[in-house]
Amino acid sequence: MTVYDSSEFLSLSGIQHFEFCERQWALIHIEQEWEENVLTIEGNQLHERTDDPFIREKRKGVLYVRGLPVHSAILGLTGICDVVEFYKDENGVTLDKEEGKYLPIPVEYKRGKPKKDQSDIFQLTAQAICLEDMLFCKVSQGSLFYHEIRRRIDVEITEELKKQVKETARRMHEYYQRRHTPRVKTGKHCKNCSLRHICLPELLTKESVASYMKRMLAE
Amino acid sequence: MKKLLNTLYITLPDAYLALKGENVVIVQDEEVIGRVPLHNLEAICTFGRQGASPALMAACMEKSIAITFLSTSGRFRGRVIGSTKGNVTLRRTQYRFADDEEKSTEISKHFLIGKLYNAKWSLERITRDHALRIDLEKFKTKSAFLSESIQQLTVADNLEVLRGIEGNAASAYFSVMDDMILQQKEDFFYKGRSRRPPLDNVNALLSFVYTLLASDVGAALETVGLDAYVGFLHRDRPGRMSLALDVMEELRSVYADRFVLSLINKKQVQASDFLKKESGAVIMTDKARKEILQLWQKRKEEQITHPFLKEKISWGLVPHAQAMLLARFLRGDLDAYPPFLWK
Repeated sequence: MTVYDSSEFLSLSGIQHFEFCERQWALIHIEQEWEENVLTIEGNQLHERTDDPFIREKRKGVLYVRGLPVHSAILGLTGICDVVEFYKDENGVTLDKEEGKYLPIPVEYKRGKPKKDQSDIFQLTAQAICLEDMLFCKVSQGSLFYHEIRRRIDVEITEELKKQVKETARRMHEYYQRRHTPRVKTGKHCKNCSLRHICLPELLTKESVASYMKRMLAE
Repeated sequence: MKKLLNTLYITLPDAYLALKGENVVIVQDEEVIGRVPLHNLEAICTFGRQGASPALMAACMEKSIAITFLSTSGRFRGRVIGSTKGNVTLRRTQYRFADDEEKSTEISKHFLIGKLYNAKWSLERITRDHALRIDLEKFKTKSAFLSESIQQLTVADNLEVLRGIEGNAASAYFSVMDDMILQQKEDFFYKGRSRRPPLDNVNALLSFVYTLLASDVGAALETVGLDAYVGFLHRDRPGRMSLALDVMEELRSVYADRFVLSLINKKQVQASDFLKKESGAVIMTDKARKEILQLWQKRKEEQITHPFLKEKISWGLVPHAQAMLLARFLRGDLDAYPPFLWK
């Protein structure tokens, strides 16, 4: 199995971009393109509230940790979990400054509502794998909190999901090493893409420059 | 396509720019004489002597607003831009292409085809709109010469040949520049290009407007992550935005020259807007400069349909569209660089 060096780590949150659109991921993470829009700014503001790493609270025996930095050498990803909840569990692990054994459940905050694609679930799964790697425990539960519907959706982190995420991370690294920005099919999802002004997906289906030149110069 | 935001032009020589909250404030004689929210701005261009506060520069860098400093006579002094945008791979590709004569020739060919095509159609436009006021025969001859030059460009295979064809074609085009001036002929005439300093009113206008265009193109290139200083046709020279000059070639006649001609032909400038110094140098009054900048900004807001993208955009975004298309080509998304071919 490939184990990545920390200098090769990619951004964990990129996995949701990659799952949404491989080209979008490449534009952001390889080409360093980013355009703030209303949606991304709202997202940032939401995270400002959930990400404060100096808040650590304990309610009814559950430990809530915010802004927890995590990584996994197997995935080659690094990122920050919005919130990780630690529940007392006999099969869990011991934690510094805490009594007893705990198991973590990552909770990711999302601005909108549940998506049709798997991108949020993949991000959560990647966080779970990171927690497993760092804490040497098994993480089989996670949650997504959607701000728009103000509801929390529990997600079972299956072995199958973990396998898919590992494969996705492998493809991300492969593209990154080649500095390859894939061309992908345009579709409905392009409407919701914050990078459409940079990507200009229609451009990929335009006439060739050769034929443009020929046509214009013939007139 | 991205949105066209405003460029704030500061023409008062003694104005100082500072930051107050999320606004740029314009200060003169310790008094605030203007205030503009930064989120409306894409760029700030100042002709002042006093400069801008470090706090304002930092805020602009953060928001990717370029501040260009020009001398009071409009010469480029420098620019403050935020961290270099875009990816190092793209710039590497740009440098590799620039080092490769064959590849540089292919790109430059398209810049120049664009330049001559647009020059030709500028002449054709005059023959259509003002057939009774000009020497039709002369214009048709020049236009035919430009068509021929375009044909020569398509088969040229090195930069020296390209430059030769361009040189001849440019003098053909400029040989009728004076004929395109249809009003105020006693004060505005064109007898040849003079720069540093410009020696007549038309040259003063051209120099000023070319500076504005170069600054817009340079900013657009930086925005898409290209290095505005490394060109293909224009070779490196310290401090010169060679790539901006390259991309500007195709826009000179349709964007800059036509703007200058319309200023004169619509009598939006007058002889009294210019001052001839003892050395023969011609300088523009602050009032004229301010009026021209307002018209320039207005021109940038006019909508057109981009010939390759077939998308409605404003004139002001044309430099951005071309910069983006160039980046696309270097990245391998397009089979060649599509010049802006405007009829």
